[in-house]
Amino acid sequence: MSRRRPLFLPSALTAGLVFLYAPIVSMIVYSFNASRLVTVWGGFSAKWYHELAGDRQMLQAAWLSLRIALATASGAVLLGILAALALVRFGRFRGRTLLSGMVTAPLVMPEVITGLSLLLLFVAVEGVPFMPSSRGFATIVIAHVTLTLSYVTIVIQSRLATMDESLEEAALDLGARPAKVFVAITLPLIAPAVASGWLLAFTLSLDDLVIASFTAGPSTNTLPMMIFSKVRLGVTPEINALATIMVAIVTVFVAIAGVLMSRQERARQRDLRLAAANP
Amino acid sequence: MTQARNEAPRWLTALSHSGPSARLTRLLHRCGICGRTAVIVPPLLWLTLFFLVPFVIVLKISFAEQQLAVPPYTPLIDWAGGGSPHLHLHVSSYAYLLGDPLYVQAFLSSLWVAAISTALCLAIGYPMAYAIARADRSWRNTLLLAIVLPFWTSFLLRVYAWIGLLRNNGLINQLLLSLGIVHEPLVMLQTDFAMYVGIVYSYLPFMILPLYANLEKHDPALLEAAVDLGCTPARAFRQVTLPLSLPGIIAGCMLVFIPAVGEFVIPRLLGGTNSLMIGRVLWDEFFSNRDWPVASSVAIVLLAVLVAPMVILQRYLGRDGAPGAATATMHGRPQPGAPQPLP
Repeated sequence: MSRRRPLFLPSALTAGLVFLYAPIVSMIVYSFNASRLVTVWGGFSAKWYHELAGDRQMLQAAWLSLRIALATASGAVLLGILAALALVRFGRFRGRTLLSGMVTAPLVMPEVITGLSLLLLFVAVEGVPFMPSSRGFATIVIAHVTLTLSYVTIVIQSRLATMDESLEEAALDLGARPAKVFVAITLPLIAPAVASGWLLAFTLSLDDLVIASFTAGPSTNTLPMMIFSKVRLGVTPEINALATIMVAIVTVFVAIAGVLMSRQERARQRDLRLAAANP
Repeated sequence: MTQARNEAPRWLTALSHSGPSARLTRLLHRCGICGRTAVIVPPLLWLTLFFLVPFVIVLKISFAEQQLAVPPYTPLIDWAGGGSPHLHLHVSSYAYLLGDPLYVQAFLSSLWVAAISTALCLAIGYPMAYAIARADRSWRNTLLLAIVLPFWTSFLLRVYAWIGLLRNNGLINQLLLSLGIVHEPLVMLQTDFAMYVGIVYSYLPFMILPLYANLEKHDPALLEAAVDLGCTPARAFRQVTLPLSLPGIIAGCMLVFIPAVGEFVIPRLLGGTNSLMIGRVLWDEFFSNRDWPVASSVAIVLLAVLVAPMVILQRYLGRDGAPGAATATMHGRPQPGAPQPLP
């Protein structure tokens, strides 16, 4: 047993990673398949990419999803910063339990429940001033902000909680107003968390099928809704091409973010060492 | 500049001794409170309006009856009867749910499928999380990123990829056929097997990340001590590592179990046509049958079933100390390359 254990763990990890990546790799490979039959290799070809580029409906849906994701991520970040500040820095206040409960609950709430309840709300408030009068872009954005707000808040919250408060205190002692302290000190320090929260909300919004299906009007079609209706009708190689493009974009983004953050982290470490060396 | 900054408070202190300054201080104080309120109120209001109130509406509609109108349910309070409101509380949709064995069965089978999927995730995820936690420190972030990276790409497309793999003429069947392991293609798509594969595949990181957050904090000295005292590694694992990782296990299990119970997309795309998952029942009830009251009562019952696991989750996520460690990773997609807490 003692001799097998060191082998068991790495092989379990390798098998798990193969399990995670095999479907994605197979999609990428078949997106370059010339044959329409997904199972037969008909030679290398980029024709599914051409077909995708000519699919107006798909492009429209993608553009709509991108706009929804941009609006969602920005809205969720604004509200998420406030919620995280309130939960981490404000100690006890009335409504704190309510707020922290409502921040964590959407994380695990089954999507069908969130979607249904939001749609019923939108139907109920139709005609009420300041509320969306018809379903479509605005209702999907509201629904997505509600969903992604939890993720964003938790990411920023964990950054705030591990941050050194003494810098803010020093600025306050020197007479800066709280708003000034937030802009000059807190915001730059939590910027990486804000950025990753924004990206997270963006991808979650871009990915959501269930909640968008509930809250979209009859004429609104987001990209996941298009993919879903296509996939239900059968496998099309066009979807493989779309998946490959998305994987490529994500990989590039994650690589850039990784490089930037590790560089920033190294700079921070260097500053810390310098600060420790010259007290 | 420095002088100006030093002047300001003195100027304020001087003022605060005189009459009008008291009012000013009070005003400032009130503004300070205003600042706090301005921070607290928007998210609180937003979540109350778009998360809490909708549930009240769902609850309300679950007590209505279906009717052919816009909106397609009867009003709960009727003002028609000359000034005095009449309360119409229909429990018919709940009676319908409990009376029809199909719904009861759908609830039970959803809980069962979610439980099996959770167990499978734990069985696959625990060794992976443990392997990462015990890997070389320089490797850990890369390995974690490898676990998380697929989940930045579309969930729908990843489920779709499994269709291509599991079909009768899909990659797996072709591989098995060419190796001579089977002689005719296995029917895997639209079976429970495919559904379990899909759910385990989609929720695996939700198990691995909280487990890793827990296992990574274990002190290796504890295991060394156990071995020094004559424990076999297997027994040391059973008596030291496993009990210590219990909070991680529970958090991971709840994070997989709760959303899996209400899963819709995976059963719809990979499961059989007769797979009875409650998320799918709710969807069909709403979109195909247009029966809003029954769909609402399905949601309310589902919520009631899930309250207990949600409370457990809340407790165990809080227990791991800072909200950071466990919760930051729980969303399944921690910040790529984000600085991990320093050792």
